Amino acid sequence: MISYIIRRVLYAIPILIGINVITFLLFFVVNSPDDMAMSQLGQKYTTEQQIEDWKRERGYHLPLFHNPSVTGMAQLQETIFYQKSVRLFVFDFGSSDSGRDISYDISQRMWPSLAIAIPNLLVGLLVTISFALLIAFFRATYIDYWSVIICVALMSISTLFYIIGGQFVVGKLMRIVPISGYDIGLEAIKFLLLPVIIGIISGIGASTRWYRTIFLEEMNKDYVRTARSKGVSETRVMFAHVLRNAMIPILTGVVVVLPLLFMGSLLTENFFGIPGLGSYTIDAINRQDFAIVRSMVYLGSVLYIIGLLLTDISYTLVDPRIRLS
Amino acid sequence: MPFQPVILITDALFFLLTAVLVIFVLMIRTRPHLKRPWQKVIQRSTGAVSLCVLLTYYAVALLDSMHFHPRLDTQVAAEYQYANEIVSVLDVIMTPMRTQVEKTFSAPLSAYSFSKEMIQYDDGRVEHVYPRLKYGGAHLSDPGIEKLADLGQLLLRGIALGLFGWAVIMGTFILLSTASSGQALKHQLHTMIKDKSDYPIGAVSVTLGLIAVLIASSMVVGSQYHLFGTDKVGQDVFYQAIKSIRTGVLIGALTTLVMLPVAIILGSMAGFFRGWVDDVIQYIYTTLNSIPNVLLIAASVLLIQVYMNNNADSFDSLTERADMRLLFLCLILGITSWTGLCRLLRAETFKLREMEYIQAATAFGVSKYKILARHIMPNFMHIVLITVVIDFSGLVLAEAVLSYINIGVDPATNSWGNMINQARLEMAREPVVWWSLSAAFIFMFVLVLFANLFADVVRDALDPRVSGSD
Repeated sequence: MISYIIRRVLYAIPILIGINVITFLLFFVVNSPDDMAMSQLGQKYTTEQQIEDWKRERGYHLPLFHNPSVTGMAQLQETIFYQKSVRLFVFDFGSSDSGRDISYDISQRMWPSLAIAIPNLLVGLLVTISFALLIAFFRATYIDYWSVIICVALMSISTLFYIIGGQFVVGKLMRIVPISGYDIGLEAIKFLLLPVIIGIISGIGASTRWYRTIFLEEMNKDYVRTARSKGVSETRVMFAHVLRNAMIPILTGVVVVLPLLFMGSLLTENFFGIPGLGSYTIDAINRQDFAIVRSMVYLGSVLYIIGLLLTDISYTLVDPRIRLS
Repeated sequence: MPFQPVILITDALFFLLTAVLVIFVLMIRTRPHLKRPWQKVIQRSTGAVSLCVLLTYYAVALLDSMHFHPRLDTQVAAEYQYANEIVSVLDVIMTPMRTQVEKTFSAPLSAYSFSKEMIQYDDGRVEHVYPRLKYGGAHLSDPGIEKLADLGQLLLRGIALGLFGWAVIMGTFILLSTASSGQALKHQLHTMIKDKSDYPIGAVSVTLGLIAVLIASSMVVGSQYHLFGTDKVGQDVFYQAIKSIRTGVLIGALTTLVMLPVAIILGSMAGFFRGWVDDVIQYIYTTLNSIPNVLLIAASVLLIQVYMNNNADSFDSLTERADMRLLFLCLILGITSWTGLCRLLRAETFKLREMEYIQAATAFGVSKYKILARHIMPNFMHIVLITVVIDFSGLVLAEAVLSYINIGVDPATNSWGNMINQARLEMAREPVVWWSLSAAFIFMFVLVLFANLFADVVRDALDPRVSGSD
């Protein structure tokens, strides 16, 4: 087990290098720092000196890979590649283009993101699994048929509609909760309620349908038939046999996204004005702050790789038949 | 010539895609084993109905892709002059809605503006009233009394026109099917009316009728009123929503065109050659897959924005610039979405290459590339088709979200995402300006819903693993 984990971690290293190279190519080679400076400072009336200052302030004035103006190791260290990309490996994100410390911002902003993402995930799972189980219980009836159609209709509605509609009906017409904003401590609950509920509703269609398929697949298996023929009640078959076995694909599907919960949801946070990592990213995109976007791309990738690793480990934990080698 | 054709890059690709589709359909018709699953698709009423709706959207997008410079009335030195603007065939069909631009917001089917204005009468009186619209219901002398009757009359005319169009379509269809089946017309009609055909003719004709009536009546009513109102700068919202169809369909369709070759070639190579080829390809897609899609798209679009800002001179017109950005967006979406299909195809090729007929081909000395092209690729095509159909709806939805975060299509392009983005601030107005949002959501919902339903049917028909029980 431990050797397997070590091997997987080692396997992640070339992927991280790959991601690093891709982000480097995207951000520094496809468009030179000069281009970035130009688009930040404006196209016209920008002097060479202004561009040079802008680059120097942010450390973009160095050469890309090799700096001949200094000697020794510094030839490699005093470059954009080393300063901006290699340092990402040790999670040294540096400072944003507007001069703030990115690592500090991330450590501050991940909590609101988690405050939305965790209840969203847990309650959402509970709701969708119950719905799917109920539909599977009434399989091959009109209830099943229409539930699936409703699920397809629900998943055909844009997330934007759920958010805007929810904000409008609950926040503006009924005035139950504030439309947007955030507060610390328990006060935050009234701000979090609506985004969490909307998040759950917008995910219901797709996941219920997906879980229903898993349940139905499980119910057609031989062990279920055996259980029924032994005279086990239908409720017990559903909960003790089908649900337990169907939890394997469901849970492992959830484990992949666990680390990514930190990243928050771009749309929800932006609409509800929640100061999490999602809105941090969107703000950076809108301000064209390349340093933050670069850091978030890297952070997101690392979290995804961790998620994959956790998935493999969780397989062995929930399913004793799988041995990792 | 009365016009000067313009072919934008996305137009060309869209035509190419249409040609591919047509060739695909013609090819299938002659091969019974390929024809059978698709027959199953259109024998299910869900499949046939969704196909009708999707084809309607596709036709609108196609009409909107035929661009040209219209000719101006003036002549210089016996040479015709062409306008600078680029319009499409759809624009010509929808001329009244395109050109009847009001001052600002107006509610759907309203004859009055949405906001009050100071109006000075000839006798010097000044009043603060809702002014009449310049075009919407302008032919009425007293909208309060006449509007309903007028609307009813227009609607009736539209429905009649739609029914006529429907009758023409159905008539041609019946004559064609009679000719192809070789039966007597009477016999053919009997089969259709008694619903004895294998195909859901009833459902399809009702759908076609609905579509024809909707199109005709919206065109008739839309030429006199603003069907979905007008937006902030007075543009017709219905026109915008229709124009957005092209963007939505294009993003769903072109992205596929971009990603398919990459996914098919790399996926089959990884599965077939194994060894270092497999390692390299796996590495590439794992790496790309690790980067969260939204962020990769955001980063790429951001960089394209910078590139376009710095090279603004190389684009002849705004339309071309917007078109370029749309193409880039499709490319980027393609780059982020090929990995899933590639992995599926790799696994399938892995399985297929162990089959006995492949071993037989190898033993006969058939070259590796021939085996790949002849024996392996045709056998995983059902996976490709299923993935394409399933991905389509996701891409249409993604466009709206991306445009909302400002990393989607150019703000000048008509798209549902842009409409939502521009309209959502107006929700705070009192009373609410709801029509732009509703129009965008309705048109998007219909497309995505039928694409999803169609995907379900296609998957059931094409996937050999899905049994008839589900």
